[in-house]
Formats: sequence, structure tokens, C-alpha cells
Amino acid sequence: METVPLTDLAAVIRSKNAGPYELTVDILFKNRDDYEFMKEINYFDRKLFARLYGIGIDKIIALVHFDPASAIKCTMVRPVISGSPGDTDVYGAQQHAPILGLKVPAPVPRKSSVIIR
Amino acid sequence: MRNAGYKVLSPTAILGYGFPEKSFKAGVESRPDCIAVDAGSTDPGPYYLGAGKSFTSRAAVKRDLEFMLAAAMELSVPCIIGTAGGCGAREHVEWNESIIREIARSKGYSFRMAVIHADVSGEDAARALRLGKLHPLHPAPEIDEEEIAKSIRIVAQMGAEPVIKALEMDCSVILCGRCYDPIPFAAPALKRGFDPGLAVHMGKILECASIAATPGSGSDCVMGSLYEDCFELESLNPQRQFTAVSTAAHTLYEKTDPYRLPGPGGTLDLMETRFEGLEGGRVRVSGTGFIASDPYTVKLEGVKSAGFRTISIAGIRDPILIDSIDSVLDSVTKQVRGDTGFTGALLFHVYGKDGVMGALEPERTRASHELGLVMEVIAPDQEEANTVCSFFRSTLLHYGYPRRISTAGNLALLYSPSDISCGRVYEFNIYHLMEVDDPKSLFPIKVYEVS
Repeated sequence: METVPLTDLAAVIRSKNAGPYELTVDILFKNRDDYEFMKEINYFDRKLFARLYGIGIDKIIALVHFDPASAIKCTMVRPVISGSPGDTDVYGAQQHAPILGLKVPAPVPRKSSVIIR
Repeated sequence: MRNAGYKVLSPTAILGYGFPEKSFKAGVESRPDCIAVDAGSTDPGPYYLGAGKSFTSRAAVKRDLEFMLAAAMELSVPCIIGTAGGCGAREHVEWNESIIREIARSKGYSFRMAVIHADVSGEDAARALRLGKLHPLHPAPEIDEEEIAKSIRIVAQMGAEPVIKALEMDCSVILCGRCYDPIPFAAPALKRGFDPGLAVHMGKILECASIAATPGSGSDCVMGSLYEDCFELESLNPQRQFTAVSTAAHTLYEKTDPYRLPGPGGTLDLMETRFEGLEGGRVRVSGTGFIASDPYTVKLEGVKSAGFRTISIAGIRDPILIDSIDSVLDSVTKQVRGDTGFTGALLFHVYGKDGVMGALEPERTRASHELGLVMEVIAPDQEEANTVCSFFRSTLLHYGYPRRISTAGNLALLYSPSDISCGRVYEFNIYHLMEVDDPKSLFPIKVYEVS
């Protein structure tokens, strides 16, 4: 299977708190078709994020495909509550790095975008 | 363009983050019906609620408020501030109130001001728990009365109802304690009978001001215009634009699930929301619904003390020590606990290895050629934290690990003094929904004639 670095397809990859008990990561695609392709093959699922972060699938609170922003969002339980003893990232803003290294299936051109003359 | 039924000016993402005077002036010139700002966030962590301090500077908050109050006086429109002082507890509200009074005195303003507190007593929270009206917000754990009693401060996020009440009393400056972020922007519109889905969704974006524009900024002004069937957003700085994507993308920001945004009294439903780019760098949003909850619930936030912290910062450059860092730190921790009998928090943060991601770090095999180390002790009092941290540092400094060649010292200590007392440490211990019969009952409104 042909793969491409996710960083070639994504405009934004970020992490942040969603309240003090949750960590949420967003992947925003540059291009609608690439997003639709990923959604169709269901590449980004709960299992993938559980593996990337080395956590149980029960720690994934939400996995959402958000069409208006061509975006995939995964929200998980913070291992330590924001700012509690042992926390390492109060805002949760530097927890996105494991996603940056992903190689994802190369999107195939969609039928609708193939022009036959 | 149609006449907006309601226009609200959002100067900045957090009161005290500032805004360009030019953008603000452009906003005032288009005559908004309200000037509103959100001043709060839980993002800076539990310290500020626990200590009763603001995470923004007094001078910066005063500067922003001087512009906002001057414009509100000039236009005779309300100026509404949500989550005063960053956390919205009594100390934060009083801090912000003193700034407002100071400005009014020096500028000679007179106005009617509402101050709405949002503190919840431990007894009230415990009573709600006993009545089965206090529920943890997943993934926060269940709590008992003993845990509630440990809370130093508890605040509840108010909905629109107390703010609407203050507007009905003709208050032109409304200073709110802890408040659901969209409310200062949405309350006047809700009072006028606008659709709650659209009014609250507009507030949800405006509370971050220009963060939802492109290029984004936390310190620039936005005008929101609400109509019967949609709302529109416009940057007041021609260098920024709202696009369908920038606005939709912002809906993801800091949220669990962008389709469902819960708040006091109900949930925004974005399943049918449409984001439409318009000419002139504007965006139109429509289709957002609001599902009222029964019973009405408000979110409680509480913090407790976790003790006192002392830290010491050092670097490590010796490759032999870096190779065996995990086992060395493990042995040193055991030795310190054995020597001191200390059972509290003894923590290492190893930058260059897993200092940023901790347990979530997938890279377990590689370490940098140098490591940054933060030794941390949290004890019941500062003196004990200092003592244990001192042991911790000195034990590691001279620890004779296997294959050691460098016998003079294991740490490049960053400072003299090497140890830093950090004071009290707080942690969130309440993050719960409380059922209320009356959305206003928790939020007493005090009305003052300021002159």
C-alpha cells in the first residue's frame, strides 16, 4: 500500500485541554477530498489513537469526523488532571507529536474529480 | 445587507490580553448594542482558583476596561464581563470590581453596576450530593462529602438567567463571577428573544474574539451580528478574515465533541450547522440548535490544596549517567524515601527523555545527548518540602552509580540557590454538574450606583 506522511496532507495538527480532565487532538486537512478519503476508509479510529498514545481504548472519550472543517478530532482522558502533581503539560498543548510521524494511506483520486473528455 | 437585530463587540479573547485601538474604534463606530468580554479560563490550571489570584495583570485589565467603559458610556450600551479575574471566585470579582471603581473615579463616570457572584459553599455542594443532584462530569471521579470539605474554593458557571435579570434592572456594567463563556455575548440577545442556539453559538465563537479568524489572534476585535435565522462575524482589523473553515475549525478548539457543546441549561447542537464564507472577510453561520436540559444543571469547579512544592533544576551531560538514568533515579528515590521516611510526592521530570509527555510518550528508547532534570517534592508544609528536596538533590549529586567515571558530581545545577520554594500547590477536585431548580438561585446579584 502506498503511503504519504500525514504532515503532507494536514494543515493543522494540534493538542489542547478540553477542560482539566481531558486532552483533545485535532487534525485539519488541507483538502476536502483527502479528508473524505480518510473518512471513507475509516483510517482514524479509536484503536489508532489508543496505539499512538499507548493507552487503553476505554480512555478514548470521543472520535469525531467534523465535516465543516475537514477535521478529525480525538478526545482522551488525561493521564494526570491539568496542574495536579505529576502533570507535565498544564495546557496540554504539546501532546500532538505522536501524530506528526504518521504515514497514512495515499488518497486515490476521487471519481468525482476525474475528468473524462 | 440586512439590519442586524443585535450586534455585540468582542474586543479580545481574555480581558487583559489587549487589542489594537484602531480595531476597537472601528467596532465602536458601527454602534454595537453591547460590549462584552470573557475574562476566564481553567487552562492556566488550578493555582489561580485556589490562590484567589488572577492570571492576567492588573494594569493590562485596567487598560482594556478603560476603552470598554468609555465606549459603553458613549454609546449608552451595557458592558458585560464574564468570569472576572480569570476564575470568577469572590476574590477575583472583588479584584476586578476595584479596577472598575478606580476607572469610574478617575474618569468621572456614573453608572449602575451589577456584581454577580458565583461562589458555592462546601455545604451547598454536599447537600446537593446527598440529594443526588451532584454528578461527576466524566472523566472526573465520583466524590464524597469528605472530598468536598477539602475544597478551598468552589465556583459554579452561571447561565444567561442572572445576567438577564441584571439587564432587566437597567444595569449598564455587569461584572460576573464564574460564567459560561458565551453568556456575556448572548445574554442581551436572549433577553430580546433571539434563538438560543444561534445566540449562544455566536457567543461561543466571540468569547475567543479573533482566535477564530485567519490569521488568528487572541488580542484583536470582532463584531458579531445576530439575525433571526443566522449570525455573522466580522473582524474589525482588515488584516484578518473569517472564513467558513477558520470558523468551523475553531468550533473544535478545546472541545470534547464539536457537534455537541454542553452548557448551563442545555446543549448546543451543531449537527445541522452551516458555515458560509461571505465577501469582505465575513462568515455566516446558521442551523445551530439548542436542546434544553431537564433538570437545569450548572458546572461546578473546585480546587483543594495538594501541599507545598520545592523544586531543583539541573542538567546532565555525562553519557554513562544518561545511559542508566532510569535505574539511577529509581535508586535515588528509594534511598531518599528510606533516609527521610518521606511518603509524599517525589517526582522527576526528565527533559530530553519524557519530560513533556510523561506516561503518554511513545518514544522509549532514545534520549538526548543532554538531559534537563527537574526534581520536585510536594510535602504537607514548605519546610518539609525544602528539606526533602535538599536531600533529593544532594543524594543524586553524589550518587555512585555503576560504571561511574565522573566522581566530582552528577548534576549541572542551574542556579544558586539550587532549590526553589514554590509555595502551595492546588489541584482540581470538583468538576461536577449540579442540578438546580432556579438558574438564578446560586448567583446573588448586588446592584450599586457607581459615581
